[in-house]
Amino acid sequence: MGWQWFHRLGSPRWFYEKTEIWIPWLTILAWGLLLVGGVWGLGFAPEDAKQHNSYRILYIHAPVAFISMSCYYIMAISGAIGLVWKMKLPFMVMKAAAPIGLALTVVVLSTGSIWGKPTWGTWWEWDARLTSYLILSFLYLGVIALQQAFQSRDTADKASAILALVGTVNIPIIYKSVDWWYTLHQPATLKLVGKSTIDPSMLYPLFIMIIGFYFFFTLVLILHTRTEILRRESRTQWVRDLVLGKAKKLPEESAQ
Amino acid sequence: MKFQFDSLDAFMQMKGHGVYVWASYAIVYTILIYLTLSPLLQKKAFLKQQKKWLKLQESSENV
Repeated sequence: MGWQWFHRLGSPRWFYEKTEIWIPWLTILAWGLLLVGGVWGLGFAPEDAKQHNSYRILYIHAPVAFISMSCYYIMAISGAIGLVWKMKLPFMVMKAAAPIGLALTVVVLSTGSIWGKPTWGTWWEWDARLTSYLILSFLYLGVIALQQAFQSRDTADKASAILALVGTVNIPIIYKSVDWWYTLHQPATLKLVGKSTIDPSMLYPLFIMIIGFYFFFTLVLILHTRTEILRRESRTQWVRDLVLGKAKKLPEESAQ
Repeated sequence: MKFQFDSLDAFMQMKGHGVYVWASYAIVYTILIYLTLSPLLQKKAFLKQQKKWLKLQESSENV
């Protein structure tokens, strides 16, 4: 016992085998919730008094914005764990998170832009929230670029982990930008402290979408990490066995 | 809870906002499907390529 669980977490093979069973459940949960929440938000939630039907974009825009920032923290924390404990798996998680995060920021920027047109009368404005969020997508791009920029896997991992860590300073700026500066973007609708400014009939589908997107993010992060594990461990015996279809399960107590 | 639109056409139009709303949902769900499928396709391609490579290696060792 003791620290054994921690070292197991660092074992790519252990991760690969343990997550196998979660995939179908996560797929059903994530896609089920996203479909229910999506239909509810599109057709059954009441129309907004001011923004009319365009506000329905909220149900996809806000949850994806949340997970795109959570994804950044996961990427940076994985990078930090990799740097400090020199473990392989966290670097693989970090690399897997970067393209997912980039795709999510593209979703948020494009849906935000489409929502901005009927609401603000413009596709884009260089205000604090939008600009700081655009920087988030550049940070993801930077991590992806650094991963490709070095011959040595080790150097690429360390460099991108450092960039990811430095970039975390941007997350609270994005979060607080609507309070610190006068921006076009509306302030947060959901609040951790205090009363939310949204009616329950509009809140329930939003809540379903947020949970659905978190399950979805967990699912795709696991899927991308598993592919990355196979690539990086391609020379190990267990991956060779897996490729040739004669894989043996890891014994319960000797997970390395 | 009731359906907020009188007809399918009203649902598509959304009083003029339909094009914005439907375009956003289309973008999101397309990217979600891409994020789900791309690692699976990459894994499949990896296994196929690696299998080929290992077989080639095995046959060259036997020669």
